[in-house]
Amino acid sequence: MYQYTAFDSEFVKARAAQYRDQLTRNLAGKLADDDFRPLRLQNGWYVQRYAPMLRVAVPYGELNSAQLRVLSKIARDYDTPSAELLNQAQTAQDKIGGIDAPSLVTNCGHFTTRQNVQFNWIPLDKSADVMELLATVNLHGIQTSGNCIRNITSDERAGIAVDEEVDPRPYAEVLRQWSTLHPEFAYLPRKFKIAITGANEDRAAIEWHDIGLRLIRDDEGNVGFKIYVGGGMGRTPITGSVIREFLPWNQIINYLEAVVRVYNGWGRRDNIYKARIKILVKAEGQRYFDEVEAEYERILESGAHHTIPQVELDRVSACFVMPPVDVVSDEAQEKAEQALVAQAKADKEFTRWLQQNVTSHQNPGLRVVTLSFKRLGQAPGDATADQLATAADLADQFSSGEVRVNHDQNLVLPWVRIDQLADLYQAAKAAGFARANVHLLTDMIACPGGDYCALANARSLPIAAAITERYQDLDELFDLGDIDLHISGCINSCGHHHSGHIGILGVDKDGQEWYQVTLGGSDGSFLSGPAKAGKVVGPSFAAAEVVDVVEAVLDVYRDKRETHETFARTLNRVGFDVFKAAANSARNTTARAS
Amino acid sequence: MSLQIITQHTTDGVNARALANDVDAQTLDLEGLERIDLNFPKFTDGRAFSQAFVLRRRGFTGDIRAHGDVLIDQLLQMQRSGFSSAVLRDDQDAAHGEKLLSHYKAFYQGDAVQHVPHFAQAA
Repeated sequence: MYQYTAFDSEFVKARAAQYRDQLTRNLAGKLADDDFRPLRLQNGWYVQRYAPMLRVAVPYGELNSAQLRVLSKIARDYDTPSAELLNQAQTAQDKIGGIDAPSLVTNCGHFTTRQNVQFNWIPLDKSADVMELLATVNLHGIQTSGNCIRNITSDERAGIAVDEEVDPRPYAEVLRQWSTLHPEFAYLPRKFKIAITGANEDRAAIEWHDIGLRLIRDDEGNVGFKIYVGGGMGRTPITGSVIREFLPWNQIINYLEAVVRVYNGWGRRDNIYKARIKILVKAEGQRYFDEVEAEYERILESGAHHTIPQVELDRVSACFVMPPVDVVSDEAQEKAEQALVAQAKADKEFTRWLQQNVTSHQNPGLRVVTLSFKRLGQAPGDATADQLATAADLADQFSSGEVRVNHDQNLVLPWVRIDQLADLYQAAKAAGFARANVHLLTDMIACPGGDYCALANARSLPIAAAITERYQDLDELFDLGDIDLHISGCINSCGHHHSGHIGILGVDKDGQEWYQVTLGGSDGSFLSGPAKAGKVVGPSFAAAEVVDVVEAVLDVYRDKRETHETFARTLNRVGFDVFKAAANSARNTTARAS
Repeated sequence: MSLQIITQHTTDGVNARALANDVDAQTLDLEGLERIDLNFPKFTDGRAFSQAFVLRRRGFTGDIRAHGDVLIDQLLQMQRSGFSSAVLRDDQDAAHGEKLLSHYKAFYQGDAVQHVPHFAQAA
């Protein structure tokens, strides 16, 4: 993984010191709350329903075990409200009612869809201490919030995927550096998210981003980018439009500078719901594209200062040090594979784990293993202090000290030797990370929702818990196959409900929680088809109805599917209306839709 | 070039022109201008950063001055985007603002003052 340079480390430390100065002035009354807010947001500090929330940046999802241990320490030592605050918060949550809800959880990290890690309870007066602690391992919260260029996300299998054309990591790192504390782009009309992939399969949902980048090769083998602009979820879900079919790789910064500069000038600032670049692209279309091209020309004419030289790409690429994994001989490889087959025959659960949580690697002697953080009794993507520490141990023992946070809120071990899979399975099982449900129904995405988030209209986690509880039988989950279930607690769509095959959106009506269900959304993966937003199934449902709605929809799938047909395909073939009717038939407390 | 921090703006007879945030800095006639005044209606409205950058790229060497909701925590961004002076909001601590201008030793990307990015300097 990326080895931070002395420049990087010093920069992160300077950022922590800058933040301490700002916090000190705020606490001393010398920096007003309104003036401090955008500054703390650009360091990852929100103030949520009951407490501050910290979002730690994990550039393109990569973490080393030392970083995981610091995250574990933060969970253990800092993610703790006072007994009084926790009691007050829990009492308020208990009053909501409508559905059984798990208790609020403290001392815990939370993996997000944009590969970051969040904490829900750190007191603001400890925030500068936490930033300094993070900086000891080159971690920070730079631009994880605010109207600026956010942390850049990528393929969880970047650099190891078998379907990869070009390793996106060096480009992601070059863009991370370019966007970090960019002086001109710190106060854009709205937040700005970039995702990058270099594989055939899109595991980074690039078309749902403000800028989506796909590394490709032209007929002569030259590397370049296909560039999408103007994707985004929220109130108006739109997938990105192609602004460039092929841009030579070394021009990417110059070009993105043009994209963002024109957006900075032209994007709407009068209405927060119309401020994202997707609205600009939709409203102006070709006129915006033309202006970007004109600005790009001006950048080239004035010196093209951010053209990336080959030596710089080589230098950054060299920072991604390949772990010293032993080259396995053909004979040893064959032996290891035979041993696996024998073990799998004897252990059905292990077979399932191999099938669902383990995938192939560019190096035939290695495998990519997903540790599942989707299990009964814990919210999707939550990891306690102990679990974070255990994950660090597993990374050291089995994956050259590296993990990746993925878009689905799990951890991926990228460097696992084939002859160590059985031992890893046992260790992961003991730690509770070996649930063989990766990509299955219970491997759902959910935002923190109304249990923690100040923006939420409804809770996500009790819905996630209820569905997880009903679908515990692995036989049944395997029979249902790969299904994307995404839950958001409000229209901001942090739980990506628009792109779920089944999407659930929390809404508020008269102070009560209701849930809108959508069907047929896609993140742009092969399984799901071209990226698109799901269609809404009638009026929203009561909290207590949602699990029954999901079950009714899945029952239609089981009834109508052809052999080996996935949920997404059956829905596509049979049509939305049949599923919609089934969903509406599950209403028992809300009025039946006509 | 270091940003001049101004606590009290005075009309000093220079040939100055105010450029509204919604006017394209590419089209402004620079002939004879000694100063261009750019506005921050709110400190979170960042259009003037791009306007300053574009004016410098066009070769404007006069004064570019920040007006409006100008806070000490954005001075560094202003300096790097091409501003040469800034009129602080009344309640701001100018002395502390001066210190903040030199907090970082270097940055990754190029800007209006230091055109080439860190990687090009290192190489």
